[in-house]
Amino acid sequence: MKALSQQRRHPLAVLVLMVLALLLTGGLYAVATTTNEAKAQTQTYTAQDVEEGQKLFLANCSTCHGMDGAGTPSGPSLVGVGAAAVDFQVGTGRMPMQMNGPQAEKKPVQFDDEQVQQLAGYVATLGAGPNVPEQEYLDVAEGNAANGAKVFLANCAMCHNAAGAGGALTRGKYAPSLMEVEEKHIYEAMQTGPQNMPVFNDANITPEEKRDVITYLKTLETAPSPGGFALGSLGPVSEGLFVWSIGLAVIIGFTVWLTSRSA
Amino acid sequence: MGSHSDGTPQSGTVATTGTTAMERFPDPGLPPHRPRLTDVDSKAAKRAERQVVLLFLISILGSILFFIGYFGVRVDGPIYDVTDTSATTALWLQNLLLGLGIALGMFGIGIGIVHWARTLMPDHELVEERHEVRTEEQRAEAQSILTTIYDESGIKRRPLLRNTLIGAAVLAPLPFVGLLKDLGPTNLAVLRQTLWDEGVRLVRDPSGTPIRAADVTLGSTYHVVPENLASIGHNEGYLDEKAKSVVLLMRLDPDTVNVSPEREDWNVDGIFAYSKVCTHVGCPVALYEQQTHHLLCPCHQSTFDLVNECEVIFGPAARPLPQLPITVDADGYLVARSDFQEPVGPTYSQRGTHVEEMQGEAN
Amino acid sequence: MSTSTDYEYKAQTGTGRIANFVDTRVGMSPIVKEFGRKIFPDHWSFMFGEVALYTFVILLLSGTFLALWFDPSMAALEYEGSYVPMQGVEMSAAYASTLDISFDIRGGLFLRQLHHWSALVFAAAVSVHMLRVFFTGAFRRPRELNWLVGVGLFLLAIVAGFTGYSLPDDVLSGNGLRIADAILKAIPIVGAYLSMFLFGGEFPGHDIIPRLYIIHVLLIPAVILMLIVVHLFMVVVHKHTQFPGPGRTENNVVGFPVGPVYAAKAGGFFFIVFGIMALMAGTTTINAIWNYGPYDPSPVQAGSQPDWYMGFTDGAVRLMPGTWPWNWEWTFWGMSIPMNVLLPMVPIMVLFALMAAWPWLERWVTKDNREHHILDRPRNAPFRTAMGAAGVTFYTVMLVAASGDLIATHFHVSLNDVIYWLRAAYFLAPILAFIITRRICLSLQRKDREIVLHGRETGRVQQLPHGEFIEVHEPLDEYKRYRLVDFPDYQVQPPQPNGKGRITGTEKLRGRLSRWFFEDRVAPVTPAELEAAHHHHEAEAVTAGPQDRELVR
Repeated sequence: MKALSQQRRHPLAVLVLMVLALLLTGGLYAVATTTNEAKAQTQTYTAQDVEEGQKLFLANCSTCHGMDGAGTPSGPSLVGVGAAAVDFQVGTGRMPMQMNGPQAEKKPVQFDDEQVQQLAGYVATLGAGPNVPEQEYLDVAEGNAANGAKVFLANCAMCHNAAGAGGALTRGKYAPSLMEVEEKHIYEAMQTGPQNMPVFNDANITPEEKRDVITYLKTLETAPSPGGFALGSLGPVSEGLFVWSIGLAVIIGFTVWLTSRSA
Repeated sequence: MGSHSDGTPQSGTVATTGTTAMERFPDPGLPPHRPRLTDVDSKAAKRAERQVVLLFLISILGSILFFIGYFGVRVDGPIYDVTDTSATTALWLQNLLLGLGIALGMFGIGIGIVHWARTLMPDHELVEERHEVRTEEQRAEAQSILTTIYDESGIKRRPLLRNTLIGAAVLAPLPFVGLLKDLGPTNLAVLRQTLWDEGVRLVRDPSGTPIRAADVTLGSTYHVVPENLASIGHNEGYLDEKAKSVVLLMRLDPDTVNVSPEREDWNVDGIFAYSKVCTHVGCPVALYEQQTHHLLCPCHQSTFDLVNECEVIFGPAARPLPQLPITVDADGYLVARSDFQEPVGPTYSQRGTHVEEMQGEAN
Repeated sequence: MSTSTDYEYKAQTGTGRIANFVDTRVGMSPIVKEFGRKIFPDHWSFMFGEVALYTFVILLLSGTFLALWFDPSMAALEYEGSYVPMQGVEMSAAYASTLDISFDIRGGLFLRQLHHWSALVFAAAVSVHMLRVFFTGAFRRPRELNWLVGVGLFLLAIVAGFTGYSLPDDVLSGNGLRIADAILKAIPIVGAYLSMFLFGGEFPGHDIIPRLYIIHVLLIPAVILMLIVVHLFMVVVHKHTQFPGPGRTENNVVGFPVGPVYAAKAGGFFFIVFGIMALMAGTTTINAIWNYGPYDPSPVQAGSQPDWYMGFTDGAVRLMPGTWPWNWEWTFWGMSIPMNVLLPMVPIMVLFALMAAWPWLERWVTKDNREHHILDRPRNAPFRTAMGAAGVTFYTVMLVAASGDLIATHFHVSLNDVIYWLRAAYFLAPILAFIITRRICLSLQRKDREIVLHGRETGRVQQLPHGEFIEVHEPLDEYKRYRLVDFPDYQVQPPQPNGKGRITGTEKLRGRLSRWFFEDRVAPVTPAELEAAHHHHEAEAVTAGPQDRELVR
């Protein structure tokens, strides 16, 4: 151990740490694809929910957000964030946070649906805030993809990319990919503005418009890209990379064969 | 390791390339030809022939595959429909079959011919001599011809002819340069004005609904256009006006924001409106980070700090985004106090003059 | 038909009669005589020019098909095609017709993808072809002018690509045009007027798409085609270059005759390239314009980049700080000059000017005005290879910078840090690339010397009678050896006094450059050295020691 602590100041230590961090994030990303089927009925929370939620809160959240949820230097106040914020943050595994970083990342969910519901119920009692969305606003069969595309391109594509593939923000923060995200989590994110995402309240994007946006995103997700491999829907960069790697490799392979002597 | 050479030198090393007097290895000439399998084994040659034929047959199959994809796959119905993706899948399949069909059609011919050339056509390397691009005799002859032409034309003896011709030839193309003048207008004043004016409501893009100050909650952002934009048709300059007048609206905590004295009344209780057109090269600066209060341009990553009147904190932009002065009307809706007080968007040479004029008008 | 001759040739077969008919009208015989057995040397790296030519042919073909349906108009209409997310949306006829080509015209999507992939491969093939010509020294006398034509074709390929990229009038290309507009506006004094001229008024106006269209489908392809003709004509005049080797001299071409071998290979290769492009178009999406939406000045998307061939300009603009260490928007005599936009363009222009002028620069420094038909292996011209590597690295840093945001998201690093690192790399990486490449070249040359002098390592280990183990080295045969020893040996050319006996400033500069280029060099093995090495072997029967590798200074 002594040797290790001495090595800490080694100039290469930063590099090693970076490599480790990259491996860790990569590993996390690989396992972070669990989908849980939540049947989000219209939410009312029983007294028992709230009580259980408080226990969970004290055990898992209070270190950062304070015993009464009013916030501490290491975590913001949760008064008035509403059940929707909890359902999104905990339901996507972003909370509880594993470590401090530029932003909380999507991870395997730590709680089951009931526990998430209990936590949401408790936090909702701290102050009035947005509730989890009504089922009718999540039904893509009712939504209008054309209007959704309009709203999405005007309000969301600048950060999340026109095909919802995600994009970079400043200083290591990023807008995540919107593919394979549950309907209610998309809705809740718009409604509550998690982390650096702006809030799109109902006056700005109405619940019907939110449903349209969800419909558009689900349209992109369910339809196969008619042109073939989408290359991550990242646009010209991945296309250029494809040409310079696979395209040129195939061409060079043929030129070598063509100009070589036959055996 | 003697320096014997089994091949005769293919050409004398004529000293056009004045090499230094260094001692060099002699050119051993072309290496002896090694026969290929198909040269010595008639079975191998027959096999190669069959392979080429097979490749040509594959090409024929490929062309048929194209028509299977073209006529056999029916793509009707909506594309990218969330409830029914069958048409989209059919389009994908059709595109794939067309591509594979043509690819096989082409590969079959191409690989077949090349295989034929590599295995069955002779592979003896041949030698061709290079020739001078021009010989000395040719040069002398050409020069004397040109001199004759020059003399016979009389251009030297009659300088007036030459000089007037040069004058005429210089002027003759100018009309065509002149014709380009009407490519566009030359009045730059249009770059100064936008649709914003006193009392023009801020409305949401794309729905066009006006915005109450109370609806702009902390942390939210609105993509805004002037209400009068809707009165301009898409064929009457809608996009031109929109390109200058797009605005980003957001509410900040008034206590955290630094506002300069002359802009005290440009915001409504911490609701700020800034031009969305980047002062760098004009992309929409649309990425709003609500916790850091930064605006980020996705094209070149210029970052603007909302807390300090959109001062540039990173990236290639050099100027803050212009702020739109706003207030509330009698019905509680957000309206502009005036137009922008400087031209929006990227810099052009006359911008400084325009800024002075606009500020003169504003005061 | 000629009747003045006593004897008139009569063809026996049908084909013969047709051929004879054409021959007696236009004189095919001399053409066949000239080209039928013309020799072309064979090397895989010689094929990239053909890839460029073939993708250009595919571009003409697929582009003609696309033009049958594309409507280059900015008139607004409401979309009613089958792509659900855009139904009822107001858009330009150009964008609507591109959607129609993609979704409502059978095979249209394939044609669009074929055209766009071919454009990307065309630009890539032109670039690789130029790199091959540069790194092998194929631009030297007598081919300097053809190099210039190539530079022109490279620039035209970029313009052709950019004009085509802009035509669908989607959000991505519209923002690209908006950037082009801003760069135009940045030009001192006339910029804003030029922008108004190009767009027919304010951006975006209603004229830009039709104007770009005629440039894209008529003007640029016509000029490219013309330059290709000039390019190929000069190839015929010069005959192709060849790599050094036994039997290959400055006065001959060794290779295969056009008929039948080379025609079959080159002709077959056209179909192969077409097959590759068709495969890409059938299996891989490119430029999904339906995702971006019709051009509107308000929206933009994360990851807004141009196609790769324009990427270096985008990256250069991204790397330039606008307010550090001082504000780069300057005011001169009342004019606003955005140096943050203009300055990044300067190194790019210098890079292209250096590239175009390189044959003359090299000739000036080396004082080598001889004709060269034998190519340099890149290692045998360490100075040039290193300069080329530095240029390529500089270009690549800019190109990488254009995808800084995607690097940040995909490698989980900070966007800002990526830019900081690349800003450093912009200045340092070319220098490092120069030094490293030159060292690699010199080492490879020394390895070649080693092999010539002491033979190839066989991997067979033998025990000598007194117990020592040695690895058996096999001497090269004379053909393989000749390949390694036949290269020009440039030496430092010190400054020479001119006619008046003075050494001018430019001559001093030339002398310094010459020293910089050639002070480290590895000379080819001479027969005398080989002889000495042999005696050395027989005397001591050991393999080469480091003392044998000599660096001639």
